[in-house]
Amino acid sequence: MVDAICKEIVLRKCEIDGEIATIYFGGGTPSLLTNVEVDKILSTVYSTFQISENPEITLEANPDDLTKAKILEFSNSAINRLSIGVQSFFEHDLKLMNRAHNQTEALECIVLAKKHFENISIDLIYGIPEMSSEQWIANIEKALSLNIPHLSCYALTVEPKTALEQFIKKGIVPPVEDDVAQEHHAILIEMTEAAGYDNYEFSNFCKPGWESKNNTAYWQGKPYLGVGPSGHSYDGNQRSWNISNNPIYIKKINDGELPLEREVLSTRDKYNEYVMTRLRTTNGISLKEINENFGLIFSEYLSKQMIQHIDSGLLCVKMDAIIVTKKGKFLSDGIAADLFMINI
Amino acid sequence: MKNIRNFCIIAHIDHGKSTLADRLLDVTGSVTAREQQAQLLDSMDLERERGITIKSHAIQMDYTYEGEQYILNLIDTPGHVDFSYEVSRSIAACEGALLIVDAAQSIQAQTISNLYLALENDLEIIPVLNKVDLPSANPEEVTDDIVDLLGCNPEDVIHASGKTGFGVENILKAIIERVPAPKGDPDAPLQALIFDSVYNTFRGIETYFRVFNGEIKKGQKIKFVATDKEYNADEVGTLKLTQIAKQSVKTGDVGYLITGIKTAKEVKVGDTITDFANPTTNIVEGFEDVKPMVFAGIYPVDTEDYEELRNSMEKLQLNDASLVFAPESSAALGFGFRCGFLGMLHMEIIQERLEREFDMTVITTVPNVSYNAFTNKNPDIPFIVNNPSDLPDPSTVNRVEEPYIKATIITKSDFVGNVMSLCIEKRGMIINQTYLTPVRVELTFEMPLAEIVFDFYDRLKTVSKGYASFDYHPIGMKVSKLVRLDVLLNAQPVDALSALIHADNAHNIGKKMCEKLKELIPRQQFDIPIQAAIGAKIIARETVKALRKDVTAKCYGGDISRKRKLLEKQKKGKKRMRQVGNVEIPQQAFMAVLKLND
Ligand SMILES: Nc1nc2c(ncn2[C@@H]2O[C@H](COP(=O)(O)OP(=O)(O)OP(=O)(O)O)[C@@H](O)[C@H]2O)c(=O)[nH]1
Ligand SMILES: [Mg+2]
Repeated sequence: MVDAICKEIVLRKCEIDGEIATIYFGGGTPSLLTNVEVDKILSTVYSTFQISENPEITLEANPDDLTKAKILEFSNSAINRLSIGVQSFFEHDLKLMNRAHNQTEALECIVLAKKHFENISIDLIYGIPEMSSEQWIANIEKALSLNIPHLSCYALTVEPKTALEQFIKKGIVPPVEDDVAQEHHAILIEMTEAAGYDNYEFSNFCKPGWESKNNTAYWQGKPYLGVGPSGHSYDGNQRSWNISNNPIYIKKINDGELPLEREVLSTRDKYNEYVMTRLRTTNGISLKEINENFGLIFSEYLSKQMIQHIDSGLLCVKMDAIIVTKKGKFLSDGIAADLFMINI
Repeated sequence: MKNIRNFCIIAHIDHGKSTLADRLLDVTGSVTAREQQAQLLDSMDLERERGITIKSHAIQMDYTYEGEQYILNLIDTPGHVDFSYEVSRSIAACEGALLIVDAAQSIQAQTISNLYLALENDLEIIPVLNKVDLPSANPEEVTDDIVDLLGCNPEDVIHASGKTGFGVENILKAIIERVPAPKGDPDAPLQALIFDSVYNTFRGIETYFRVFNGEIKKGQKIKFVATDKEYNADEVGTLKLTQIAKQSVKTGDVGYLITGIKTAKEVKVGDTITDFANPTTNIVEGFEDVKPMVFAGIYPVDTEDYEELRNSMEKLQLNDASLVFAPESSAALGFGFRCGFLGMLHMEIIQERLEREFDMTVITTVPNVSYNAFTNKNPDIPFIVNNPSDLPDPSTVNRVEEPYIKATIITKSDFVGNVMSLCIEKRGMIINQTYLTPVRVELTFEMPLAEIVFDFYDRLKTVSKGYASFDYHPIGMKVSKLVRLDVLLNAQPVDALSALIHADNAHNIGKKMCEKLKELIPRQQFDIPIQAAIGAKIIARETVKALRKDVTAKCYGGDISRKRKLLEKQKKGKKRMRQVGNVEIPQQAFMAVLKLND
């Protein structure tokens, strides 16, 4: 697989012309990679593309994979940021979500990681069935006390065909309540704000200066290249995605073929994506940018569409930026849809 | 003239008329291999997609039989009960009819009603047992059924398959030998019957006619008798797959006429065309105007599109003279039109045609039938109520009458109980039960027309597992105990959701209506109470809970495209909603009352 990934990188050499500022090992279980493999991929990247001076190089991992040895190994690679899928510091929640790690592992791995990495992010999940507000507060407190610079906090969504969905269907586990998620969200905002964190995107919180460069790039509509099975890419005009099947992926790459599908974005698609992603960030939507990038039709359309939500207090305008209010945050998809342009 | 044969194809819905027409066209060489396609005569997109015929279609074929040249004019007709007026018009232009019976399904409700129409017009009936290729075909039994129905000999029934082409030569032979040639005097003054008209964007109205006496010539000065208008026959010709212009169309033949008429209303189907200078004295009696059975409001989703909707409706009416409409306004929906339809299928088709052919997104309100209300002041003069909100204040109403129908249902004996229970629930009264065969029963009911509007077809299908066919005729008005059921959303009455309902069913329907609306109205940022009321009395209530969370957790590189598409879909759905007060109501909610049992 690593060979195929390296081959793909070379095959796609001409897809990027600028400097690369961030590299992300994510999706699946990249923590299975050895240092030699990480190095191999990175050296291919370095020899194929131009890399900026201090790139952010993140590796995504689950606590059970991050053993002491592994952390030590990665600390000797070029990787300089870890994103750890902690989810919760409580056994009950971890079981419910079918996680491989337990609460001790969750804690230990963070303590260990902190010794070797400064830039760490952890994932936490709220709105879990039977999770009380107190438990959620305890989760956040734990994260804050560990002094982690970056948090990604997600409201639980019950994905189809998961054990959790089955449990809920059978009544073994109570369903997820929106009201509870909303309450947890409010707690989260309040506590992180008090601790000096910036809620720079709907689900992402960081101490000043510790934003994830990688994710920020997505929300700014910057181009990216995703290699490996299921890798998604965007070149500013078209999106493409690799097939997910590993053997077929490897075979095609070995035949010198790119196993991907493409979709060219229209101006309208780009506008819609801009609205959708920007609404999730503190930067919000800039009418000026819309005017410059998409034209007057779009900025006028947006101005008209946003009025209803300004009236109902879900949107507000601050220094040329249209942002969702606290009240609107939890409804931002619906608001985005309302601002979408469907036909010209 | 002795070598002309005029015939139509009639049957119950889906028994294979249009497919058999295809085979007749093939065998007579009327279409080239390249032009061939299934149900060729169903030329409207909608007909092709739904696989049903909506409009009659006439076409001429040439055929050589035993060394002689014949002209065969065929008219394919629709089978659905909503369009039975199309059948009666076609019949008037013919001397014979192919009565098609599906060899698996046997005689069904419209087989009988269309047969009667043909017999009233003294048409020669050629029974065709169709779809004999089907594994489930039951040729012996069904032939017996046909023999019983027509009183003919078993040998008279032609076995055929529109799918394989089996029997088609026999059908052509029977048409030539059994259908009488047209009679008529070629030297008499022109007398032609208008049996159809079609709107063509470029050429205006095309009038289809059948010449009974005399001939119609290009350039002739003619007169339409009933409308008493004169025209110049700019172009006449016969109806092949494309129109073939001719110098004249002679006695007994079928053809088209172009006069430059632009509005469909000017051409009355059933009218007689005659010579202006030398008019005929034989006036064949025309057809009764088609009467709309069901009424509903049609409103633009976007209030600004009202004028555009009017234009679209007018254009649609050029194509479909059976559509009637008049402007109306609703407190909830603003300006729109009250439209009259031939039935529920017709209503569905009009709505769909507005959307695809004119790109109009419309809201159709709860359909209703036409009631007569009598006030205490004027107890003898009916006040026509085509819209629930027109019902006068109940305290001033002396009585309300509603239209009744005679409904004929043919089903298998196994389902008699189910069908009866359904009809009784629908306020029907059984008046006759006949065993057509030991396993097939014809049930006759008298019931309110309004009840078949509300979710009757689907339920009939369900309770009979698909083995029931249905036909009806209006039989007049009867006094009924009706109340108006109003719906309030967020405490505001929404007039477009009101319905006139029999008092005894009101509570039940009100409750189901609230439940259905709760399902259909999307959650918004606030709680939305739904109430059903009769007058000031609330009889049922539900609440659409406020939307608390509408945001996905993750939105990274691989999520963006999928998420955008999801939200675009959501937005498209919202565009089809209508804001009433501050509540967004989806299009389907206005029809909710029709689907209360789903
Ligand atoms: N097996 C078989 N199927 C047939 C035959 N004739 C028609 N069909 C099928 O029966 C269905 C209805 O055929 P149509 O020709 O559209 O029937 P119709 O009587 O014109 O229907 P309406 O105009 O809607 O009343 C289609 O799916 C045809 O393919 C036949 O001889 N054999
Ligand atoms: Mg047909």
